[in-house]
Amino acid sequence: MMNFLASIGRAVLTVLAHVGRLAQFTGQALAGVVSPPIYTRLIISQMIRIGYFSLPVVGLTAFFTGGVLALQIYLGGNRFGAEAIVPQVVVLGITRELGPVIAGLMIAGRVAAAIAAEIGTMKVTEQIDALTTLATNPIKYLVVPRVVAAVICMPILTAIGDSIGVLGGYVVSVYNLDFNGTSYLKNTVDFAHQDDITSGLIKAAVFGFIVALMGCYNGFNSKGGAQGVGNATTNAVVASSILILAADYVLTALLFHK
Amino acid sequence: MTAKIQLIGVKKRFGPKVVLDGVDLTIEKQSSLVIIGGSGTGKSVTIKSILGILRPDEGTILVDGEDITHIGGAARDKVMRKFGMLFQGGALFDSLPVWENVAFGLIQGRGVARAQARDIAIQKLAKVGLSEDVAFLSPAELSGGMQKRVGLARAIAADPEIIFFDEPTTGLDPIMADIINDLIISTVKDVGATALSITHDMVSARKISDKIAMLYGGKIIWQGPTGDIDHSGNPYVEQFIHGRAEGPIKMAVKA
Repeated sequence: MMNFLASIGRAVLTVLAHVGRLAQFTGQALAGVVSPPIYTRLIISQMIRIGYFSLPVVGLTAFFTGGVLALQIYLGGNRFGAEAIVPQVVVLGITRELGPVIAGLMIAGRVAAAIAAEIGTMKVTEQIDALTTLATNPIKYLVVPRVVAAVICMPILTAIGDSIGVLGGYVVSVYNLDFNGTSYLKNTVDFAHQDDITSGLIKAAVFGFIVALMGCYNGFNSKGGAQGVGNATTNAVVASSILILAADYVLTALLFHK
Repeated sequence: MTAKIQLIGVKKRFGPKVVLDGVDLTIEKQSSLVIIGGSGTGKSVTIKSILGILRPDEGTILVDGEDITHIGGAARDKVMRKFGMLFQGGALFDSLPVWENVAFGLIQGRGVARAQARDIAIQKLAKVGLSEDVAFLSPAELSGGMQKRVGLARAIAADPEIIFFDEPTTGLDPIMADIINDLIISTVKDVGATALSITHDMVSARKISDKIAMLYGGKIIWQGPTGDIDHSGNPYVEQFIHGRAEGPIKMAVKA
């Protein structure tokens, strides 16, 4: 009985310790964003790595997501004679939900993993300790540029992804489902509200923050050689994916609060 | 005269494992102290505590008489400008070319212009016997001995007052080890620095130190001038410097 209680207690303490460490880490990262020195050079190079090099993967996934959405809505809507609603549902689904979430999950796989592996390797080879001995704050030098770059890049990536997603729906609808191209675009533009798009971009910024933070946090806390770095990479991807979906729900509830 | 570095009753534990159990140590200005001791006796933890990479649980660390045990942020960065460190594995930044590694502390820590920092880096590389072409290679292209030299050039780049050496000769062949020892002696003298090294290589320890201290069981169990190490009268020191399996020190086979 005592052993059972002790193991529950241990598990609770471990979870609380993790939450505490993560909160402290987040606080340090945010403090680093607003206090000098700001490494503009590093922010730009991270924007290229996080943003620019993610364009192909975000664009491709958005295109197919838009296409499959059009196809499903057409087939589903067909059951009650509502197949004409395809352009409206595609633009709503992409801008509000699928655009930011798909981009977020792709970035979680591509960027959180890369950040965790890079920082984790720096940690186990004492490069992070070396930064400290060279009078350079590792949080400011490593974490802040990645977080800032991800928060700036994610809305841009998502805006591009949104357009390509809508294009995917258009291509499938016009070339496969015999929609009229002009009226498809007109319906799309008429139906989409400013709020649909901005809410998606706000979500994207939050997802960018989550991805960069989880990559850095897991990298900084990796222990013991190649296996430790591997675990950090896995944890970064899993944790950022879960947090993106959880945050998506919370943000949707807050942004569309009636 | 105040000591350059002073540790008073420094304790550090990781979970139930006590690593440092009240370390008292004084390092005089411009002297070279070597801490010897077996693997896992807390030599690295001692150095990392002074550098603020680890926070001691108890005790006080003074640098130039200033209590630095609990400082952080900008005050910590300011104190860190007095230090240079040579890491065991080099710890070179593999994303940067050699010269930027050497110049890193100048550019990031002190705001020196890049062009000027590069000239200083090339001078420092020459001091450790590396030519200008090496400056533009990536650290991954260098041999272990060359990486140690670059690490040494980085440690001395900003003319620090205090230099730490973590196992400077480990993993090198005996000739390269001796070259590194000579470089340590010459570079430390050149900048008039205070040196603290940790090693279990007795040849290196004898060569680069004025004083030796032995860490065992989380405490300094012996210290004295390097010349006295052979008649310390301490059975632990005797066993360690002669590398005997039998003696009062029981190596923990399991961590």
